[in-house]
Amino acid sequence: MSYWNPVEVMPVPELKALQLKQLKMLVYKLYTFSPFYRQKMKDAGVTPEDIQELDDVRKLPFMTKKDLRDGYPDKLFLASPREVVRYHASSGTTGKPTIVGYTQNDIESWSESVARGLVSAGVGTDDVLQVCYTYGLFSGGLGLHYGAEKVGAAVVPASTGNTERQIDLVRDLNVTVIASTPSYLLHMGEVAERMGVDIRKDTKLRLGILGAEPWSDKMRDRIYERLGIEAIDIYGTSELSGPLWCECSQQNGIHVWADITLIEVLDPNTGEPVPPGEKGELVVTMLLKEALPIVRYRTGDVTTMSEEVCACGRTHPRIGRIQGRVDDMIIVRGINVFPSQVEHSLMTNPEVGNEFQIVVDRQGALDTMMVKVELRPEAFGDRLFELDAIKARITHKLRDALNVGVTLEIVEPGSLPRFEGKAKRVVDKRSF
Amino acid sequence: MSENDKYRIKQLSIFSENRPNRLGAVAKVLKEGKINILGFSIAEGAGYGVIRVLVDNPVTARDLLTKEGFVVKFTEVLAIQMQDTPGGLFDLTDQMKDINIEYGYGYRSPPYAVLIVRVEDIEKGIESLLAGGLRLLDNVNFH
Repeated sequence: MSYWNPVEVMPVPELKALQLKQLKMLVYKLYTFSPFYRQKMKDAGVTPEDIQELDDVRKLPFMTKKDLRDGYPDKLFLASPREVVRYHASSGTTGKPTIVGYTQNDIESWSESVARGLVSAGVGTDDVLQVCYTYGLFSGGLGLHYGAEKVGAAVVPASTGNTERQIDLVRDLNVTVIASTPSYLLHMGEVAERMGVDIRKDTKLRLGILGAEPWSDKMRDRIYERLGIEAIDIYGTSELSGPLWCECSQQNGIHVWADITLIEVLDPNTGEPVPPGEKGELVVTMLLKEALPIVRYRTGDVTTMSEEVCACGRTHPRIGRIQGRVDDMIIVRGINVFPSQVEHSLMTNPEVGNEFQIVVDRQGALDTMMVKVELRPEAFGDRLFELDAIKARITHKLRDALNVGVTLEIVEPGSLPRFEGKAKRVVDKRSF
Repeated sequence: MSENDKYRIKQLSIFSENRPNRLGAVAKVLKEGKINILGFSIAEGAGYGVIRVLVDNPVTARDLLTKEGFVVKFTEVLAIQMQDTPGGLFDLTDQMKDINIEYGYGYRSPPYAVLIVRVEDIEKGIESLLAGGLRLLDNVNFH
């Protein structure tokens, strides 16, 4: 078996001892140097001495998206500005992004995580890997890029957009591995067909590293049937680092590198661990992060965990596919969308009411998102061009706020469903 | 009150979303209120429409529709009588060259025909149409 770093096959007891050592050091460092974490730990009545075994991680307080948002831009940073070498940002629920800074060591352990995953999936120096994730503040593009360069693959930083050119690159540069969202890969397949390019015969594409949106084994099969490409599931979230872990070629769970990250899968209501194999919320502690330390971050992603040693020989824990969210976040074309963002944007328009509905669907391989909102009677005045102008203005504001294509439908007041208690704003018609 | 105000006809403008049988729902309310429809048109927008209706009892019709949850506005339009013969519309438009029409629709009412228009400046519209010798239906006559 080939692996990138011998630590991947370290015997479990040694690995756990290493993990405990990392955790103790992290907690000691944060308690000593981070005002934010010291206060949090004091409020929870925990000191570094309380961390004596791995399970003691559960004594530490949780961290949420709200903590990151309130910390904008760098209140939670532990590293000094001169140690920071890069910033990424993720879209926020209230328009304000959350900023993640990276030291040189942070970039190194991030790339290391991705590199190990790529090698476990069979990527190596002979490969040409095209990255079709956005490069920029979004961490998807650069995250994959650094990991792939580290293992010695040739990287084609195609980013997103211009699908026909992407296909030309795949064919002309003998691209073997593509990193994209699963729906975009299927879309590329459709465009290639229209261009008269047969992915199987005319290209060397053999592997897809796919993530940033929910998908399923059914979609994996469809990708293989249509394009002849093996598909690997990759996980990451911008608050932690962007893409971090992926499946090995066994395609049986995502390896999470325990010497870099400590994960828990918890019942979102009680905060207690769920039994092995059962669904719960993924909670992440980044053991080595320097610029923006992350302890027990509640990702909101629902998954399962297994600590059995993989058939590939790797001893690190694995998580299953992301099966949903504990909140009502949806992912549309790889972009996180919170209904609260839609609500905030709609609220700035006096012509429409407070009730709204988000309908997500898939046309061909691409996600579509429609927002339905009720017209306020006062805003109606017989003229169609006035209605059209209202519609255009609100649509524009929504697109600006969400960074994703959206169509708007203005409906009659009272026609959208009303809810007692928690509103169900999202109708997701996609089948993954 | 100007003498000409009697020519301002109350039209119901009803917002309608793109859903099957919205027209039927409007018609049902009017039927149950024993309201007679004198003329109507449907205008199509981007995913919604406006149903414009002239009725014999606009205030009652508006109240009934509003009670049923419809978004209804009164809009003032003009009802111009024209000859029900070839060239009837032309004779009329000849007198309307300076008037900016936003929309219009017509119906036949033997022995005449009637053109309903929404104009940009209704007061000016009334004056110049009357000055041109055209006959406007007044709201007593009409409703």
